[in-house]
Amino acid sequence: MPEYSWPPMDERRLIGKPTKRRDGLEKSTGRAKYSSDQKPPGMLFGALLTSPYAHARVTSIDTSEAEHMQGVTAVRVLTGAGKEVQWEGTEIAAVAAVSEELANDALRKIKVQYEVLPHLVREEDLAKAGNRAKPAGEQVTGDPDKAFQEADAVVEAAYGIPVITHCCLEPHGNIVQFAGDKVNLWPSTQNVSAIGGDLGKSLEVPAANVHVEMQYIGGGFGSKFAADNWGVQAALLSKASGGKPVKMYLDRATELKIAGNRPSAFAKIKVAAKKDGTITAWQSESWATGGMGGGGMPPIPYVFTEIPNKRLNHTAVAVNAGGARAWRAPNHPQASFLTCAAFEDLAAKLRMDPLELFNKNLGYTAREATYKAQLQKAADIMEWQKRWHPRGEGPSSKNGPVKQGLGLAINTWGGGGHASQCRTTINPDGSVVVEIGTQDLGTGTRTAITIVAAETLGLPLSAITLRIGNSDYPPDGASGGSTTIGGVSPSTLKSATNARNKLFAAVAPALGATPDQLAAVDGRIQLKGDASKSLPWQDACRKLGTSKISEMGENNPRQPGGLMSQGVGGIQMADVSVDTETGIVKMNKFVAVQDCGLIINPKLAESQIHGAAIMGICAALFEERVMDQQSGKYLNADMEFYKLAGIADIGEIVVHLDITPENDKRGVIGLGEPPAIGVIGSISNAVANAIGVRVPHVPLTADRVLGALEGRNA
Amino acid sequence: MSSKNDPEVPRKPKRSFSRRGFIRGAGIGSGVLGVGLLDKKALAAPAVETKAVGPGAIPITLKINGKPQTLNLEPRVTLLDALRNHLELTGAKRVCDRATCGACTVILNGKSVYSCTVLAIDAQGKDIETVEGISSGKPHPLSEAFVDNDGQQCGYCTPGFVMAAKAFLDHNPNPTYEEVKEGLCGNLCRCGTYVGVRQAVLEAAKEIKGGTRA
Repeated sequence: MPEYSWPPMDERRLIGKPTKRRDGLEKSTGRAKYSSDQKPPGMLFGALLTSPYAHARVTSIDTSEAEHMQGVTAVRVLTGAGKEVQWEGTEIAAVAAVSEELANDALRKIKVQYEVLPHLVREEDLAKAGNRAKPAGEQVTGDPDKAFQEADAVVEAAYGIPVITHCCLEPHGNIVQFAGDKVNLWPSTQNVSAIGGDLGKSLEVPAANVHVEMQYIGGGFGSKFAADNWGVQAALLSKASGGKPVKMYLDRATELKIAGNRPSAFAKIKVAAKKDGTITAWQSESWATGGMGGGGMPPIPYVFTEIPNKRLNHTAVAVNAGGARAWRAPNHPQASFLTCAAFEDLAAKLRMDPLELFNKNLGYTAREATYKAQLQKAADIMEWQKRWHPRGEGPSSKNGPVKQGLGLAINTWGGGGHASQCRTTINPDGSVVVEIGTQDLGTGTRTAITIVAAETLGLPLSAITLRIGNSDYPPDGASGGSTTIGGVSPSTLKSATNARNKLFAAVAPALGATPDQLAAVDGRIQLKGDASKSLPWQDACRKLGTSKISEMGENNPRQPGGLMSQGVGGIQMADVSVDTETGIVKMNKFVAVQDCGLIINPKLAESQIHGAAIMGICAALFEERVMDQQSGKYLNADMEFYKLAGIADIGEIVVHLDITPENDKRGVIGLGEPPAIGVIGSISNAVANAIGVRVPHVPLTADRVLGALEGRNA
Repeated sequence: MSSKNDPEVPRKPKRSFSRRGFIRGAGIGSGVLGVGLLDKKALAAPAVETKAVGPGAIPITLKINGKPQTLNLEPRVTLLDALRNHLELTGAKRVCDRATCGACTVILNGKSVYSCTVLAIDAQGKDIETVEGISSGKPHPLSEAFVDNDGQQCGYCTPGFVMAAKAFLDHNPNPTYEEVKEGLCGNLCRCGTYVGVRQAVLEAAKEIKGGTRA
């Protein structure tokens, strides 16, 4: 077994150099075909009838009229008479028809009667949750009561962060053809290699009979791993329609109601400290919902886990609303917000710079040195020392209604590399094919694999034909937990190295050398350090005669071998202006200082951090699932009132990646999630710093900002 | 506990009177409802003479990227669905399906519109430009600038952004940074690519018109 390693930093031609997105032009010219753009021959359109009630029992359902409509090929009842639905949007019936309009007409002909049952859809007031609240039991560390008694300062406050929904631009859905015992699946998934098995299980078809093809996905963010009910229903409609493919995608309202969300988190938090800012105790009573399953406790106190005295209580609240799914760094943004907001409030009470308070307590974290350096770096970029002012006492406060403020928050994440297999084929004509059953979520996976293969084979990027997104290729893990780059990079390196070594063996005699004396450099196979003895790549490959080289490479998550690792930290800072007359918060600047490992492509790594920051700005200022307790409905299940940030809302964003020789030695570490964590906390803290009072709940909408200001004045 | 009929099932087909029809009556041309409403002339007299058609399919001729194409469509079919379901021009995406996000943006008689909110029948006789059209042959400088500046991630909003940006630059070939932010606020991205998009539009403007104000 050869040893595998990344080439030394100073010898890299492609790794670590800013490289454009390889599939960028396909997307920006509209040529890229997402699964929702596919139209296999004979394709029918599927549609779902969903429950208008949050909690109800179906008392009767009559599909006869729909079934007899011309052009309707199949109708299926999914929630029959006597069955209960637990949230608005639950699938009641499904139809397939020759046109999309007709499929929707058919839904309107299905007669459903419901017995409406009592519901709970809001959880922010725990007192109203009744038997829907399930306490998880108390966890105590040290002696919190004594610590609170002996403290110089104690702050106590309540905070809240609502349920938000993924709102993937390409909705959840797929095209499925189920004919005989074979299934063709065109999904929108973060899990190309395993989704076929998931669907096959539901259909009682062997995974080997399910073929999966997906070249592009329009967003997932953690919500697109499983085959889902719409996958199964599309397959069964296809079967019932003579095996014609059925396209079934959720409409926007249903997408927001049932295709996943991020759990809420509310908490009453009490923190104690000494005069010098050393935190001595933490106490929290938190509650959360992620639908009928309740919601787990965010990992609080976040990052500062070693606070010696703690009392934690958490209650899961079951509400009649669609279920939670993984969301970019599950539970971390909530935990970072709750913790960093409480710390900032404590700093304000002590009349201390929060930068100093965070620094003072880094001993409670697992990466003291990293955070210390990052706080310094972020502060330098933000000019924190010069520009920070005590809460509500900024110079702008004397000159009119617009107040400016700074805030900070912290992040941590694991990452690592998922299980991945790669096959590199070198053909006698010199062409190279790299195959992995992975997916590119827009994170730049295609580009990264191509860079690693080209670097290893001494070829230009254009010489590599990359194939992904198909279940025929070697299996690769699901894209979750920021593990894709750490999975595909080592598997590609190993596979390309193995193929290259085979080529060296075939070429060595012609160069009068042994294989271990050869190197692949600039499109040639040559003696190491002696370009005079060399063969152009194509001439070298011709030595293969008629047989091609095809070599595998594997990443085993448990054997990183120095190629990848996990565990990062980061600091984020926000600079905002708040108009105290209108309540509108404006982003001025956002700084993300992010710990990382070996960076394959800094250009797209930076884009990941921009994206994470902007997603966090959306959640801090705009996003909220608004449930109506009277009707049980999700009131803003659309994109007018489920608000996302627009291009004018984000301010300036400055990214600093810690690319250093020391970090490079850690190998590849994923970056998708960590920079999405501290955004809400830092913006909430900046608003408190600007206006002199905490707005306890996010998003920081105008009404909440004005409400907080009025509360202060009352 | 009461038993009710499903209120989601209206007696008449949902689209017999729709927001789409309303917007059409208001004379929408620019893709922004407010602008349409301010167009007094359009309010005073509907642009299209009323003639009952449908509900069955009728021949509809659309001039797409300079080429007339005749389709047999129900009058209720939107321009977006005509492009995607009947012509396989899938660059324009269906995302919000109600004129909020801009992923379906095409250019109609020189103005960007949300094609999810234009009926195909109303697009007859107008010049329809799609993302496929502006990049047939050589990629449009905007498409290239989106790659150069990484103004995209998953890419689902990108064709809409490119078309909105093209219409914007056609009217304002030499925009400032602030004008770009203003001009493209009708499109939404979920991955968070706005930093690259802002830069891409400024760079494409230079490339197209030799602008220098950026």
